[in-house]
Amino acid sequence: MAAKTVQLDVVSAEEKIFSGAVETVQVTGSEGELGIYPGHAPLLTQLKPGMVRLVKAEGGEDIIYVAGGVLEVQPNNVTVLADVAVRGDELDEQQAVAAQQRAEQAISDSSSDLSYAEAAAELARAMAQLQVIRKLRK
Amino acid sequence: MAGGKEIKTKIGSINNTQKITSAMEMVAASKMKKAQERMAATRPYADSIRNVIGHVARGNLEYRHPYMDEREVKRVGYIVVSTDRGLCGGLNTNEFKAVVLHAKKLRDEGKEVDFAAIGNKATGFFKRFGGRLLAQTSGIGDKPGINDVLGTVQVMLDAFDEGKIDRLFVVYNKFVNTMKQEPTISQLLPLPKADESDEVQTGSWDYLYEPNPQPILDTLIRRFVEAQVYQGVVDNIASEQAARMVAMKSATDNAEDLIDQLQLVYNKARQAAITQEISEIVSGAEAV
Repeated sequence: MAAKTVQLDVVSAEEKIFSGAVETVQVTGSEGELGIYPGHAPLLTQLKPGMVRLVKAEGGEDIIYVAGGVLEVQPNNVTVLADVAVRGDELDEQQAVAAQQRAEQAISDSSSDLSYAEAAAELARAMAQLQVIRKLRK
Repeated sequence: MAGGKEIKTKIGSINNTQKITSAMEMVAASKMKKAQERMAATRPYADSIRNVIGHVARGNLEYRHPYMDEREVKRVGYIVVSTDRGLCGGLNTNEFKAVVLHAKKLRDEGKEVDFAAIGNKATGFFKRFGGRLLAQTSGIGDKPGINDVLGTVQVMLDAFDEGKIDRLFVVYNKFVNTMKQEPTISQLLPLPKADESDEVQTGSWDYLYEPNPQPILDTLIRRFVEAQVYQGVVDNIASEQAARMVAMKSATDNAEDLIDQLQLVYNKARQAAITQEISEIVSGAEAV
């Protein structure tokens, strides 16, 4: 059986991150992890900060970090409209760690200017970035 | 020597003008390149989201978002993207003409029009033109962020939510190529349907939603409108630089022509003065 594939586009407001045929794609939806295979029913969902893991049709994996956005699934194509998307290997670990520490500090320090909600969002983003970086290392 | 000095001064001043216009031409050319790159980078997002919205508009959804339904049109809103600065040929004038024509047709049908202006030139124009100006942004610069347009978009979306406008358009100069920029009026709300050529079936299918349709469609449509307006702004900046480059090139060429002509006039005047002097000397010598 020939491998079935689905067309995937990952775009952010600034640039196109990925476009091509994939066998499967894994994303972090607002309700949890989602795995999409070819022929999936139409689906719309919001994305949380996290990673998009995809298996390319010609083989090989790719990991992309997104800071949130919207996922649309049609049987023959999948579109990730990311708020900010960065290719996994371009992420900077030190920056992510620093951002995580800043956010944790802001949450514990109630007198800071940053509101709790903002800090929590920042923390979620930083943790998702770190997760992507660590996954890539393995 | 009649007017010799005046002509010399004039040539000097045109020379200075020419230096300025040719410098502006070169600056515009380099800025245009960057603006074009930025435009190319933002296109995939705008195109993808337009596709998604097209699918959404054609599905048979359990939840009808108010932005998707056509309603009776009493007032129409325009977001007009213009440049902040002039000296870019007929770019803004052509765009405003297109808007005025479009708006006039609607006014003849008894509909009112409202405007939101992005860029100084649009603000100035629509103050004079009449019609309510609901929002205005200026000083976006050459590298606009999506944040720069959010305020204006928000105002127009609120107006749509409250029923103050029933249809929303965005107007900008589409960058076709360096020589050609087209004023473009495209509808944002209610959502336009996707091209029929698309392979997605029309009719009775619906999406699965996680968690539920309303917030997702809300975000999606908001992003769509923002992306379209942002794309318009980026396109318009590329158009501005291209139009300025062309306008400044022709100004430089014109200055060159003018200098040539004046130089000719100057030479003739000088020659005439010399001839006169010689004939005076000769006739003086004969008299002696």
